[in-house]
Amino acid sequence: MNFPSDDALNESSETMEILGHKGISRRDFMKFCTGMAALLSLPASFIPKIAEAVSSKRPYVVWLEFQDCAGDSESMLRASKPTIAQIVLDVISLDYHETIMAPSGKQAEKSLMDVVNNQKGQYIAIVEGAIPLKDGGVYCCIGGKTALDIAKEVCGNAAFTINVGSCSSWGGIASAKPNPTGAVGLGEAVPGITYVNLPGCPMNVENVTATIVHYLTFGTLPAVDERHRPYFAHGKTVHDNCERRSHFDAGQFVRQWGDEGHRQGWCLYEMGCKGPIAHFNCPSIRWNGGTSWPVQGGHGCIACATDNNWDVAYPFYGRLPNVPGFGIEKTADKIGAGLAAATAAGLILHGVGRAISPKKDDDNK
Amino acid sequence: MHATASVRAVENALGLIIPDNARIIRNLISGIQYVQDHVIHFYHLHALDWVDIVSALKADPARTSALAQSISDWSKSSTDYFKGVQDKVKAFVESGQLGLFGNAYWGHPAYKLPAEANLMAVAHYLEALDWQREVIKMQALLGAKNPHAQTYLAGGMSIPVDPNSQNALNAGSIAFMQGVSQKALDFVSKVYIPDLLAVASFYKDWAGYGTGVGNYLSYGQFPNDGESNTANTYFPRGIIKGRDLSIVHPVDHTKVSEYVTHSWYEYSGGDDKSRHPWEGETNYKYTGPQPPYEYLDTDNKYTWLKAPRYEDMSMEVGPLSRMLVAYASGHQRVKEVVDAVLKHLGVGPAALFSTLGRVAARGIETLITAEMLPVWIGELAGNMKKGDFKIHNGEKWDPATWPKEAQGYGLYEAPRGSLGHWVKIKDGKIENYQCVVPGTWNGSPRDANNQRGPYEEALIGTPVANIEQPVEILRTVHSFDPCMACAVHVVDPDGKEVIRIRVK
Repeated sequence: MNFPSDDALNESSETMEILGHKGISRRDFMKFCTGMAALLSLPASFIPKIAEAVSSKRPYVVWLEFQDCAGDSESMLRASKPTIAQIVLDVISLDYHETIMAPSGKQAEKSLMDVVNNQKGQYIAIVEGAIPLKDGGVYCCIGGKTALDIAKEVCGNAAFTINVGSCSSWGGIASAKPNPTGAVGLGEAVPGITYVNLPGCPMNVENVTATIVHYLTFGTLPAVDERHRPYFAHGKTVHDNCERRSHFDAGQFVRQWGDEGHRQGWCLYEMGCKGPIAHFNCPSIRWNGGTSWPVQGGHGCIACATDNNWDVAYPFYGRLPNVPGFGIEKTADKIGAGLAAATAAGLILHGVGRAISPKKDDDNK
Repeated sequence: MHATASVRAVENALGLIIPDNARIIRNLISGIQYVQDHVIHFYHLHALDWVDIVSALKADPARTSALAQSISDWSKSSTDYFKGVQDKVKAFVESGQLGLFGNAYWGHPAYKLPAEANLMAVAHYLEALDWQREVIKMQALLGAKNPHAQTYLAGGMSIPVDPNSQNALNAGSIAFMQGVSQKALDFVSKVYIPDLLAVASFYKDWAGYGTGVGNYLSYGQFPNDGESNTANTYFPRGIIKGRDLSIVHPVDHTKVSEYVTHSWYEYSGGDDKSRHPWEGETNYKYTGPQPPYEYLDTDNKYTWLKAPRYEDMSMEVGPLSRMLVAYASGHQRVKEVVDAVLKHLGVGPAALFSTLGRVAARGIETLITAEMLPVWIGELAGNMKKGDFKIHNGEKWDPATWPKEAQGYGLYEAPRGSLGHWVKIKDGKIENYQCVVPGTWNGSPRDANNQRGPYEEALIGTPVANIEQPVEILRTVHSFDPCMACAVHVVDPDGKEVIRIRVK
């Protein structure tokens, strides 16, 4: 990543004037645009384009909550690049968000319907939480309307929808077996709409911002995989980018919480880490402004961004079977695809399998 | 946080004592959560019920600066600073895209703050947005991420402690946490508390509304030892009944039970009897109207919330309950701060039983918790110095070591109130699991004896100036820090419904 000089924005002096009016310093704004270019893996020449895109009229955004815990809303409040204050005051016009908006009741509904009616096809919908389909949708009603009816109306009229968190992406914990309310993700509940999934428990807010900025800059959504997840955020496995990968390759595994290997940051595979089946940029962007991420906290990955993780990555402390020690790149997709069957067969018998590098493994004892 | 209650329930079932480091790390994760969460609640979820943003545009920045400097030595208080904030708000309003602040109740007669106080509060609303993101990094360090900390284990924590490793909590982590805790205490003592007192002084009439059921439950918070449900906690365990601060009653978890009389569930033994969580059932059976609908039939079943009771009584939970139990128990620091706040506002302890009391108690608890953060950080550093790196008790990690059957419970005080998890384990698997959460204690529907829950009771008698803009209702419901959307129906004296309000 090349860091551009301040000259990169010289052509957009009008942009800088608008920003000055909004009370944002040139330096802060540059930092934001540069950070976004880096997250989206774009060359420095795109920075002025990003700057121009985010300084014009703010796009209308409405945020819906269904079967959720507001964890993704909380995650949004932790945004650091840009900050949440910059997002809601400078980048987007967030007109509806039940948890943090000022009005309630009828007035809140008016805010939502004003956007749906007046900005038809222009606004961005963000959905947090699963949608229960069973028994006519009675398990999640807001103002007497089902989550499904609200989603159809609001997301059906949006330019596109971003599903934040695992619940709206594929059903999340509400859809874990036996899925009593028939919870599904938005894509399944409202077929035919344009959407991007940003799963995770919660989603990482930096990826939400990057998705919006991508759209504002290029007029299109980022390229996605078959699960509708952007490659920039879900293109590689946690295992591929893990800071402890060298310990896996060297056969150095944590055996007990707090043992010498655990304190020295060895691989958590034996403690049940699901990094090899989880596609997420967690290890590279981390959380809370880069403070940490689960493996850094000494705990295995629970594959929170992987479809049905509550069922297929369980038990969380059971070791994954059959993860090759080397050449993971060649087989990662195969492992991902075969996951459901493999885990059903193998994980329940937790502790039965053996590590793949038995020799080095044994040296370790 | 559910993680604590959950691992604690299993630790209780298996008889596990957690290592001291795990206890301290849990206290720190929880402590910083209290501080951050309460500040977000005050500024971002509740302040706009009291603060009129549009009025801030009319403020004189110089007088705002004078006001700010008269109540605190917080450094961001110059005329230029407030002028900058005002310009920012002005530009935002002039853009015509009001976003989160559109369609609100600006200009409502229930707003009482002078323009300058409104501008000061708006500035701090924005500052708090930045502050909360920074201080919660302590939880991200100890919990691996926030929200959804991931380092909880039955028996301890997964975050290693070792001053001689770069992959564990070390001296650098201690220094980082000391920095965060200082930042936390600075903001709380120099911004939040002065703002709270300033705002409260204009709304003293709210010490007369929103009382609620008058019974207050606290399970106790911040353990001093590693026993799963120890009564040895920094904020004490106890119950206040009927607003009587002269007696603190003990808590016995077996006296907790839940009704489903007005909830969309059915009990095998009939819906007029309550059940203890170990015998709890979650047989959902929706009997409400088919959507879309306008009204719920509140004479029958009308909610997904069960109705938790203690000795068949409704209980309020949350910061007010914790502070009242601590106050009545003679907790020295709580007594000092509560008395100082009451004196500042010129009111007696009875003022605590109110909407305003709930708001004040949250601030008091935030301050005292922020003061404790450095104490726990010091305890962790002390253990490191002694060479105690233990974070997990693994004696029951393998399910093969468990008894054939076991049952346990985990009591915890979440920021918004008492949380309990009850588990029954059979053959290494969960046989029954029930959570009784703060939202159901406070948002409880009526029970078989027709007793109302705290929200319902607290709203009775609330004056509403403009029936179309019932900001007064929001003040009381938001004062509980609700975790959900709920519906309030305002009924005129003839019993005819005049308006329906959804409180977010």
